[in-house]
Amino acid sequence: MTVDRLLPTPEAADLIELTREIADRELASRVDEHERAETYPEGLFTLLGDAGLLGLPYPEELGGGGQPYEVYLQVIEELAARWAAVAVACSVHTLACFPVAEYGTARQRERWLPDMLAGRLVGGYSLSEPQAGSDAGALRCKAEKVEGGYRISGNKAWITHGGIADFYALFARTAEGGRGISCFLAPGAADGLTFGRPEEKMGLHAVPTTTAHWEGAFLEDDRLLGAEGQGLQIAFSALDSGRLGIAACATGLAQAALDEAVAYAKERETFGKKIIDHQGLGFLLADMAAGVDVARATYLDAARRRDAGLPYSRQASVAKLVATDAAMKVTTDAVQVFGGYGYTREFRVERYMREAKIMQIFEGTNQIQRLVISRHLAR
Amino acid sequence: MNIVVCVKQVPDTATERKLRSDDKTLDREAADGVVNELDEYAVEEALKLKEAHGGEVTVLTMGPGKATETIRKVLAMGADKAVHLSDDALHGSDALSTSYAMAQALKKIGFDLVVLGSESTDARTGVLAAMLAERLGVPQLTLANKVEVNGSAIAVQRLTDYGYDKVEASLPAVVSVVEKINEPRYPSFKGIMAAKKKPVETLGVADAEISADQVGLANAWSEVVDFAVAPPRAAGTVVKDEGDGGAKIAEFLASKKFV
Ligand SMILES: Cc1cc2nc3c(=O)[nH]c(=O)nc-3n(C[C@H](O)[C@H](O)[C@H](O)COP(=O)(O)OP(=O)(O)OC[C@H]3O[C@@H](n4cnc5c(N)ncnc54)[C@H](O)[C@@H]3O)c2cc1C
Repeated sequence: MTVDRLLPTPEAADLIELTREIADRELASRVDEHERAETYPEGLFTLLGDAGLLGLPYPEELGGGGQPYEVYLQVIEELAARWAAVAVACSVHTLACFPVAEYGTARQRERWLPDMLAGRLVGGYSLSEPQAGSDAGALRCKAEKVEGGYRISGNKAWITHGGIADFYALFARTAEGGRGISCFLAPGAADGLTFGRPEEKMGLHAVPTTTAHWEGAFLEDDRLLGAEGQGLQIAFSALDSGRLGIAACATGLAQAALDEAVAYAKERETFGKKIIDHQGLGFLLADMAAGVDVARATYLDAARRRDAGLPYSRQASVAKLVATDAAMKVTTDAVQVFGGYGYTREFRVERYMREAKIMQIFEGTNQIQRLVISRHLAR
Repeated sequence: MNIVVCVKQVPDTATERKLRSDDKTLDREAADGVVNELDEYAVEEALKLKEAHGGEVTVLTMGPGKATETIRKVLAMGADKAVHLSDDALHGSDALSTSYAMAQALKKIGFDLVVLGSESTDARTGVLAAMLAERLGVPQLTLANKVEVNGSAIAVQRLTDYGYDKVEASLPAVVSVVEKINEPRYPSFKGIMAAKKKPVETLGVADAEISADQVGLANAWSEVVDFAVAPPRAAGTVVKDEGDGGAKIAEFLASKKFV
């Protein structure tokens, strides 16, 4: 069902319409095939970039779409309702542009951002390491200062779009301790950089997640973003925004599951009536609808705070927590609505349930979101 | 090169389409109006030609006020400006009078090349390109699968049942294109924003020097006498292959006079 959205401007309405057209024609038509065969949708990100969907929340002067988060996130939600893996990769791309856009010098911004925001360069975000996920400060990958730049050595993990992206927001150590991490704009291809085999994941099959191995690759000085030692601060401020992207992905996924479940419940008959007319099942669907609406309302509230220049870190964590838990519950219940059929790969709800699980884990597990929220409360 | 691409707004083929009970013309209010899908290929080809040879692409649409949505979409894809031929007097025009009205508008706009889709998904006459060329006194190169312009020479591959014909002419000319010719682009978000500022000129019959007594329902050469809802499709015949499947299919096709 088409979501009836409250949008701030006519141009936002046009943007959502464009997104729906592309999502229906280019995503919904290809998703099943690629998720099943675990193949990457070649050319799709170029198409999304050409349509202007990969730089939406950044300034127009730099080639972005000049859209508020309130609008950008609803675009992500629409994409996620057709293809979660693609929406996640778009959200991660936006996240990867963040350090350059917010912490880059004017020169760095002019040099890199136009290509990044037009989607001519697709980005990944490389913070996690095998031993440093929730505890990002425990990362070990080294950036050693040398003449004219840095030599990077160490292992990164869990990189969405790993091996395919054209650049990575890379976090590596220039000194010991929490203030010893720095942020770099790393190219996707460099001497001394290799990627591992894609992880065999529960879902999001069409976009690979890989490790990266740095063996003394050289990055010129100009690729340091912000000051040395500012990395963790950059990483966390980027994630505040990134989490909203994941909340929007989760909401889109939950919406898709609800739509499929309602359509099925209007068709399927037991005991002489449509299953939606059995109160027990109708109420399950009602709870699912409530879950989707709460997820959307919560991320939009955080987004509007961000757009208004208010603090939103706590609200972003609440949104990520609420929306991803809602997605898990709604997709699980969607399988329930389909009965035995829901447990087979014949129907999309089976995939939705697998895709929902990761939303509770990446860009800060939901335990970590609670940590952020409780720390705000303890202030 | 001054390229004019003719685009029609048609009811969405995905929705239910109806004729009006009063004058038996298409009910354009009942369905969502969309760009005639086959015209998107014409737009793409026009934009490609402009990108290769320079110049300007003008959209020409004949249709009611609502057709501005379609014009905006084509402008968002990259066309430079638009002419909207719109007048109550044009309502109910058949192919012959439509070609007359559009030819008058084209004379006023001026052109090196006119590009059209192969047909519209609502009326499906597929004759407009030929009629326009005739009325304008320029060569017609219809059903093109490939278009090449070289100075004032134009060459197309004209799709046929057996392959293609090579057709050459000199500009100005009228070309219609088939679906195989290209992959139409999506508008971009920036294109949508830019389209709002592009000029759209509205022409009435008087502005385009169209004689009102040659257009509209009353002056149409063809007349819709009656219409009925298409009967529901009958259930298909399933042929089970028990070694003789091929023969059974041949028999079936022969009984329907297909072979
Ligand atoms: C498909 C996928 C894509 C990913 N994409 C990216 C990417 O693009 N870039 C990137 O940098 N990373 C990415 N990640 C990594 C992801 O962000 C981490 O997996 C996540 O942060 C959790 O880290 P971990 O796996 O090391 O788990 P751990 O940190 O080891 O956590 C294990 C468990 O302990 C809990 N826990 C940990 N600490 C605490 C605490 N203090 N209090 C309470 N509970 C705690 C966690 O919630 C979790 O349940 C991706 C992961 C996956 C699976």
